[in-house]
Amino acid sequence: MCTVCGCSDGETKVHGHDHGHHHDHDHEHGHDHGHHHGHYHPHDHSHDHEHHHHYGQGPAGTEVPGMTQERLIEIETDILSKNDRYAQANRTFLAERGVLALNLVSSPGSGKTTLLCKTIEALGDQSLSVIEGDQQTQNDADRIRATGARAVQVNTGKGCHLDGHMVGHAMEHLALEAGSILFIENVGNLVCPAAFDLGEDAKIAILSVTEGEDKPLKYPDMFTAARLAILNKTDLAPHCDVDLDLYEANLRRVNPGIEILKLSARTGEGMTDWLAWLRTRLAEKSVTEAAE
Amino acid sequence: MHEMSLCEGMRSVIEEQARRHDVARITRVRVEIGRFAGVETEALHFAFDVVMRGSVAEGAELVTLDLPGRALCYDCMKEVEIHARLDPCPLCGGGKLMPQGGDEMRIKDLEVA
Repeated sequence: MCTVCGCSDGETKVHGHDHGHHHDHDHEHGHDHGHHHGHYHPHDHSHDHEHHHHYGQGPAGTEVPGMTQERLIEIETDILSKNDRYAQANRTFLAERGVLALNLVSSPGSGKTTLLCKTIEALGDQSLSVIEGDQQTQNDADRIRATGARAVQVNTGKGCHLDGHMVGHAMEHLALEAGSILFIENVGNLVCPAAFDLGEDAKIAILSVTEGEDKPLKYPDMFTAARLAILNKTDLAPHCDVDLDLYEANLRRVNPGIEILKLSARTGEGMTDWLAWLRTRLAEKSVTEAAE
Repeated sequence: MHEMSLCEGMRSVIEEQARRHDVARITRVRVEIGRFAGVETEALHFAFDVVMRGSVAEGAELVTLDLPGRALCYDCMKEVEIHARLDPCPLCGGGKLMPQGGDEMRIKDLEVA
């Protein structure tokens, strides 16, 4: 029951870079909101006024002839169509700039942020940016910024996933350069983020070896949606009786086409293959963009 | 999975349609849910009632229509219908199946008062 995971999008905040300036307005110039849409608070300023952004007035839905007095209105519209429109807008924006966008999904604690920090260090002068999604805190964006990379933190409040709209606004805070990589670290959750397209080129599912070989079977949707699975923390494998082959077999059972890499972000074992995977995707992206 | 946010997506689609058709009240909403969509029908009904409060669809009946799950078997390379995500291939017994549909989440139609 999702009242527990509380996916309502009412408390989302986007924290941009650390600007050193603060606004001290004491007036209000907010809109009148009487509904449930998420309000983004797009700056990390401490100010008293509210300038919330409404997300309920996006592009129009599907075209249906205007039959006003019909008893039945056929609409045949995907429930997530609104998200999909935002995701498509993101995809176009990213394609125009030749930016490779990767959506990192996993359980909490699989080592996504550590992997990202090590990856950023290893990629050296490769231009890249990071969008960090968590329910609360800016801890992860702070960790990314400590490596020198640009990062924006999105706090989803009660929300259990990032959506296309949040990512679109987060991208506004990042000067995305042509040929750069955008890593989107989703909220740690193996369920909901599978259904929400963000406009990324690929989802990458990260799984640490301590989580149990049957995780792909328990949460098949996420591993089906992912192009690549990274089996992280392989340095711990000898200490916790895990069967790495069984991990692979279970991943392939739910997604026969999935690519699998095994690595330890902590020791650096296997990182070379991961970096090569990234460089190949980046090269493909620039070829694709040039062809279009 | 995220039935609450699905219902919020439904609410925005429904309200937009109601505005476009100049409709004041919706009495029934029919949605098609694929077997692999990961939607818990009971949770969806609960969330629907809560989320639709104060909208044109407050008190409306939610009807869910199941769509079958289809998958491509990587062993016999045939497209088959399966009931559960981890079922083996009904033709060859193979265990590597890639969903080819069944993840639909779609509002089919709205009944107007």
